[in-house]
Amino acid sequence: MVRSESTVQSDAGGALRPLIDHPQVPGPKARRSSWHSLWRLRSYLRPYVPKLVVTWLAALLGIAAGTVIPLVSKEIIDGPVAHGDLGGLIPLGLLAFGLGAAEAVLTFIRRWSSAGPVLGLETAIRDDLYRHLQRLPMSFHDRWQSGQLLSRATTDLSTIRRFLGFGVLFLIMNILQLTAVTVVLLRMYWPLGLLVAGSAVPVVALSLKFERRYKLVSRQLQDQQGDLATLVEESAVGIRTIKAFGRREHVFGNFAAAAGEIRRTALRKVRLASRFFTFLEVAPNVTLALVLLLGAIAVGAGALTLGTLVAFTTLVLQLVWPVASLGYILTMGQEAMTSADRVTEVLDTVPAIRGGTAVIKRPRGHVRFEGAGFRFPGADRPVLRDVWLEVRPGETIAVVGATGSGKTTLTALVPRLLDVTAGRVTIDGHDVRDLSLTSLRSVVATAFEEPTLFSMSVRENVTLGHGNASEEEIRQALEIAQATFAYDLPWGLDTRIGEQGMSLSGGQRQRLALARAILGRPRVLVLDDTLSALDVETEALVEEALRGVLAEATGIIVAHRASTVLLADRVALLRDGTITHIGRHGELLSAVPEYRELLAQDADLDPEGSLR
Amino acid sequence: MSQDTGSEADNDGGDAAEPVRARRVPGGARELGDRVWRGMRAPRARGTTPAGDVGDAEEAAWRGVAAEEREEIPERVSLLLRTRSRRLLGDLLRPHRRAIAVLTAIIVVSNAAGLALPYLVKAGIDDGIPPMVRGQGAGTLLAIVGAVLAAALAQGLTRQAFLQMSGRIGQDILLELRRRVFDHFQRLSLSFHEKYTSGRVISRLTSDVDAIAELLDSGFDGLVTAVLTLCGTAVMLLVLDVHLGLVALLPLPVLLLFTRWFRRQSSVAYRRTREAVALVIVHFVESMTGIRAVQAFRREPRNQEIFERLNANYRAANTRGMRLVAVFMPGIKLIGNVTVAAVLLYGGLLALRGTVTVGVLAAFLLYLRQFYEPMQEISQFYNALQSAGAALEKLSGVLEERPSVAEPRRPVPLPRAAGALRFEGVRFAYADGPPVLPLIDLEIRAGQTVALVGTTGAGKTTLAKLIARFHDPVAGRVLLDGVNLRDLDEDTLRRHVVMVTQENYLFGGTIADNVRFGRPGATDAEIERAAAAIGAHGFISALPDGYATQAGKHGGRLSAGQRQLVAFARAFLADPAVLILDEATSSLDVPSERLVQRALRTILADRTALIIAHRLSTVEIADRVLVMEHGRIVEDGPPDRLISGTGRFARLHRAWLDSLA
Repeated sequence: MVRSESTVQSDAGGALRPLIDHPQVPGPKARRSSWHSLWRLRSYLRPYVPKLVVTWLAALLGIAAGTVIPLVSKEIIDGPVAHGDLGGLIPLGLLAFGLGAAEAVLTFIRRWSSAGPVLGLETAIRDDLYRHLQRLPMSFHDRWQSGQLLSRATTDLSTIRRFLGFGVLFLIMNILQLTAVTVVLLRMYWPLGLLVAGSAVPVVALSLKFERRYKLVSRQLQDQQGDLATLVEESAVGIRTIKAFGRREHVFGNFAAAAGEIRRTALRKVRLASRFFTFLEVAPNVTLALVLLLGAIAVGAGALTLGTLVAFTTLVLQLVWPVASLGYILTMGQEAMTSADRVTEVLDTVPAIRGGTAVIKRPRGHVRFEGAGFRFPGADRPVLRDVWLEVRPGETIAVVGATGSGKTTLTALVPRLLDVTAGRVTIDGHDVRDLSLTSLRSVVATAFEEPTLFSMSVRENVTLGHGNASEEEIRQALEIAQATFAYDLPWGLDTRIGEQGMSLSGGQRQRLALARAILGRPRVLVLDDTLSALDVETEALVEEALRGVLAEATGIIVAHRASTVLLADRVALLRDGTITHIGRHGELLSAVPEYRELLAQDADLDPEGSLR
Repeated sequence: MSQDTGSEADNDGGDAAEPVRARRVPGGARELGDRVWRGMRAPRARGTTPAGDVGDAEEAAWRGVAAEEREEIPERVSLLLRTRSRRLLGDLLRPHRRAIAVLTAIIVVSNAAGLALPYLVKAGIDDGIPPMVRGQGAGTLLAIVGAVLAAALAQGLTRQAFLQMSGRIGQDILLELRRRVFDHFQRLSLSFHEKYTSGRVISRLTSDVDAIAELLDSGFDGLVTAVLTLCGTAVMLLVLDVHLGLVALLPLPVLLLFTRWFRRQSSVAYRRTREAVALVIVHFVESMTGIRAVQAFRREPRNQEIFERLNANYRAANTRGMRLVAVFMPGIKLIGNVTVAAVLLYGGLLALRGTVTVGVLAAFLLYLRQFYEPMQEISQFYNALQSAGAALEKLSGVLEERPSVAEPRRPVPLPRAAGALRFEGVRFAYADGPPVLPLIDLEIRAGQTVALVGTTGAGKTTLAKLIARFHDPVAGRVLLDGVNLRDLDEDTLRRHVVMVTQENYLFGGTIADNVRFGRPGATDAEIERAAAAIGAHGFISALPDGYATQAGKHGGRLSAGQRQLVAFARAFLADPAVLILDEATSSLDVPSERLVQRALRTILADRTALIIAHRLSTVEIADRVLVMEHGRIVEDGPPDRLISGTGRFARLHRAWLDSLA
């Protein structure tokens, strides 16, 4: 009853919040495939077979030693102690020493040798996952938030690691120990043995049920904590907006409500856990009382020796952990299967954009859009349709259009960050889809409007794809992009920037991104509104320096300002996803009213130059 | 600070103690602007790598050298919390004093019941069985078994009560802590947030609170139970039989030394693991969020190389941790097993001589099992305790911050504002920096639309921020309708003055929710009217779900210009007497901007507006233009008069006309 209820809950949760990705309790069908996913991952363990053998052997022997120790105490009590035999005590005592030491050493061997395979598995899968994710195209990454991917690379992998490394081992060890001890107990005195074995059944059943419910509450709590974290993030990043509108109390109200929700769920979890843990402690003690009662009666009747009774009580306590943990381990197994599914789901995604084989030996940089169109999957209207545009080698074209006219999409088609859904794009006569990605992307370099900087040194950020660029080349690129401020940072080009490093202004970031694009002198240079965050004076300097670069390369420039347009030989006006006019700036200015409207009134009040 | 921390760590500790104290801006780098140096530590030794951040040379090679202040507190901060952490802890616990007293009583009972069990087993064997063997009936035995059941039940009930009560107290404390820290962050001034950065705010409210939650969740229970069991068991052993008890307790010093060794090692290993995994996560997330740049620049092979190295480091750190446990756990087991063997041998000898009964021997074996298990828990608990201590330290640091823009003690009511602004001898400078506004005297009449023009760094934004009271002037005062801004409470001020910047933050939720942020009670019709007024209605209704479209993370698929329009609608809905637009139209293309400006003419008609403008077209709608330079107002007048004059503005205007020709 409880189970079906919880399944419903989890389904409802899944339907309501499709974006938040949380594992669901798999149905019977899903479970088969889960086993399959987990089973597939076994190949990662192949290099570690010898170590695994050692681990398992040590585990088995360790159980044996642990089980035998109480039997030795029985022998001591029934033999030497009962009969006053001092000579018999010493060897048995030494045996106990030996077994005790052996158990400890075997445990050590088991734990020590398991680290290699377990962590090796996790590390290797993570490497492969990362490699695969880097190959998957933009369209995949647009759909998947990096947080979802991260949880696969961390949480899911450690779940798998824990289960394959410890779970499976303990599952089998516990079952073996349970069986071994039960057999020993049954052989010692079967009525008591039966009692103990019988008392294990409800414990396992209950703990399994508990673990399932517990996981559900935990997951709910995790989701709520995730929601709370989102609120926190918004309140921190949007602090200016909150302050500007004086909405402190409104925001606090939202946060307090979410935090209260978390408290309620956490308390539910506490209640559940308190009941279960109490049960886990009481059950063996009750068994102990019964063993004591029946055992004493048996001893009184002469059916049982005192030593056996003592051994019995010790062995009963030895069973508590294996019995109680079975539920936990089985749940862990279920989790691991779900995690394996989530991991293989990513690993099995076939990259939608794969490179061809052609290579351009001597690129000239002749770019043609031949009836190119693009539509986001599931969208009713295309972003781009029937785009015809020719950019001859060495020529620079400015793309001008209103907000949302598809300029950025257009530029993404050339380096195949997106693939056309109609028509084609060619470079030097090759369809870009026939070229190898390495070849294509070394011909085309792009600087984006929103520059992405990584938490690395300036040098690493600028060289990005050109690991072997010389200091001189880097300097030139930085000079052209007016980004020589980088040399004045506290540690020069070795200064860490990005999220984890020094924060730079928007204009500085854009200039570094520009330096990145022009480094290595690409044949085709795409600038997607790269200069928007620069003040006018700097922009003028950058533009002046860019002229030299663009004289040698084919350029496609998305522009908002007239000054940027002047870098181009010709201008293409993009409107509603297609190119309506192509011509020189002056021609378009006089002949096309829309164009005039887009660019004419753009005079800036900020420039130091014009105020001087 | 212990003597082994050295100067670097000392410094870290010092910084952590005052995480937000304004840091000096190094003179040579002033041109970078204060934004860049946000939260930065002035480099002490230029060109040298700070100790503790090197990792390996390979890593430093690509990661670069961090110039930012490191906020991590050394993990060894130890159990001895600083005064203010203790104060916060006391503050949080005080309301639960009574419950904690009850809790203590409960746990003592619970442990006593648990400890009684092996003793009862002994009584059963020694006192219950002999009468039966002698055929004198099972009376004693039944009584003992009854006692065992009662003890088991008592233990169970008290345990459940303990877990539930401590859980409730823990959750109450967490809730209070969360509310308090969040509210405090929201009250702190913008100047604080600019230095502290959002990333640190987020980690205070997530990972730090989580660290404390973890301690409250499991650590507390584990520690209390372990300590009580340890002490109780030792006492019981000695009570049962002094000699055998002493033998059983003989390894205790070894055990304690061993545990201490492990604790030290594991806190190092724990820290290394955390650092290693943090690097893996950062690299992973940045590669995924920046995948466009990664692929466009063929960064994949180098990324893979770096990732595999980080991943291997993480693996090594993990291996170290696991191996440490692989030594510790069997070590404890070895000590325990050896003790059991010794007890068997010596106890057997004593039993053989008749000085000890078999029941005592049995009880010893049971007690010894209880004795060694909690040791393992204590050592696990140590990591939780340490990170919670460090977290508490950072949180109490935040809570001690005072807002630099303080709420008035006796606020002046101002239910309606006309929007008249006056600057009287206002001077402003950031922290220790040079004056940004040396001296401003300015009067803006209610209803006037003022355009503020000038070069970057002329002080336009600072002037605007003073009106919105994001900062307080160093000298002089800013008045709204004759009332000093310092005398208005936050609600009143924000109702009358709203500032829109070029940062257009969209919150999670729908577009409508985001517009409604300007006035939480607004109806859907009012929202649409506001959007229509500034020309955003068209694009919003064209979205897949119209106004119900999810704005998503930071505005998702909306373009910068569209986000700006939503932010605009939000400001209009708020309907303030004074509206400040700080380059609020910079992301719009010219046609959209013109649309907004057309709307502005009507909307600004009956309110005071201050517009910081980039483009000449913006100035056309102004009644008055202020030209600023080096923090001073150098020209002031209606646009027509300035244009026909010979000043800077006139020159600028002529240059623009020339460019059109």
